[in-house]
Amino acid sequence: MAQIIQVGMADLRVAKAPDKLMSAGLGSCVGVCLYDKTAKLGGLAHVMLPASLQAKNVQNRAKFADTALDMLVDEMEKTGGNRARFTAKIAGGAQMFRFAGDSDIMRIGERNVQAVEENLRRHGIKLVAKDTGGNFGRTIVFDIETGDLLVKTIGHGERVI
Amino acid sequence: MCLISDFNQLSGLQLDALREVGNIGAGNAATALAQMINSKIEMTVPRVNILPLGEVPDLTGGADRFVVGVYLGVTGSARASILFVMPVENALHLVDMLMGRNLGVTQTLDEIEVSALQEVGNIIASTYLNALAMFTGLTLIPSVPALGMDMAGAILNAVLAQFGAIGDYVLMLETEFKKEGQDVVGHFFVLPEPGALQTILSALGVNG
Repeated sequence: MAQIIQVGMADLRVAKAPDKLMSAGLGSCVGVCLYDKTAKLGGLAHVMLPASLQAKNVQNRAKFADTALDMLVDEMEKTGGNRARFTAKIAGGAQMFRFAGDSDIMRIGERNVQAVEENLRRHGIKLVAKDTGGNFGRTIVFDIETGDLLVKTIGHGERVI
Repeated sequence: MCLISDFNQLSGLQLDALREVGNIGAGNAATALAQMINSKIEMTVPRVNILPLGEVPDLTGGADRFVVGVYLGVTGSARASILFVMPVENALHLVDMLMGRNLGVTQTLDEIEVSALQEVGNIIASTYLNALAMFTGLTLIPSVPALGMDMAGAILNAVLAQFGAIGDYVLMLETEFKKEGQDVVGHFFVLPEPGALQTILSALGVNG
C-alpha cells in the first residue's frame, strides 16, 4: 500500500517506491526533490533559507539550502542510492507579498532558488525540471515510482514536471 | 540574551505578562475592527504559543488552506512581525461589510479590495501596538502592510523565514477574532523577535 509522506517546513524525508513525498503550501520555501531512478528512491527537502553560514543557530540542518542538500544526498546513499545517478527537480521560491517597500526578507524566495541551484551544481546533480518564482504558493507531490513531480497551485493551475 | 531556543525557559510569570499584554492589545484591536464593520467582535484570550516552525501552519487550519494574510513588520524599540490571517471567504465578507455591500457580493480581490484589507490590517495592528506602547513605554512603528492571498503555508513561509535564521522555534501571541455568534473572522498573530522579547519583558518588569 503506497503511502503519502508529508514533509513539513524545514524538514526532509527519504522514501522508496511506491510511496510518495508531499509538501503542502510552499511559499518562499523551496521543495528540493532528488531522484534515483534505478534504485526507485527519492528524497524531499523543504528548504526555508539560503545558507547556514549567516544563521545564528544551525541545529536543524534541513532548514538551509546548503546543509539540507548535504544531508539529503547522505540519507539517500544510506538508503541504497548512488549519487552519480541522482537528478533533481525543484519547486517553490515565490514572493508571497505584494509589498511597496524593498525588503530583503521579501525576496527570500528568489535567494532560496539561487542557493539550491548553486548547491546542486556543487554536488554535480543535474537539475532536470523546475517550477519556481511567481507570487503564488505550491503544493507538491513527488511520485517515487515515476519520478513525476505534481505541482498544485490555487488559481495558477496544476502541472507535472 | 533570550534566544528563541531558550523560549522554554520563560517563567510562568513572564508568560502571564505576555498574555496580559496580548489581551490588552488584541482587545483594542478587536474594538477597532468592530467599529470599522459596525458589528460586535468577540475575541479569545490570547494564547502564547511556543512552536517548532513546521507546526505553525497548522494553527490556521493546515498549510493547504486558502487564506488572505496581511503582514506588517514592526520596528522601533522592539522588532516583531504582525500577521492577520483570514480564510478567503471571511476576507471577502469583511470587504462586503467595509464597503457596505450585501454579503456575498465581493467575489474577487482587486486593487480597491486589497487596499481595504490592508487598511484593516493597518488599523488593527496600529491599535494593538499603541496599547503595547502605552503599557511598556516602548516606541513601536508598524511598516506599510503587505497582502498575500494563497495557501496558509505559503503565506507563513515568507514571514517565518526571518525567524528561521535565529532558531527552530517561534513564540507567537495568537488571538482569534469572531463576529458575534459566528465563526472565526481571522487569526491575529504577533511574533516578537527574540531580542525584542527581552526588551518587552524588561519593560514589563518581568525580566528573569
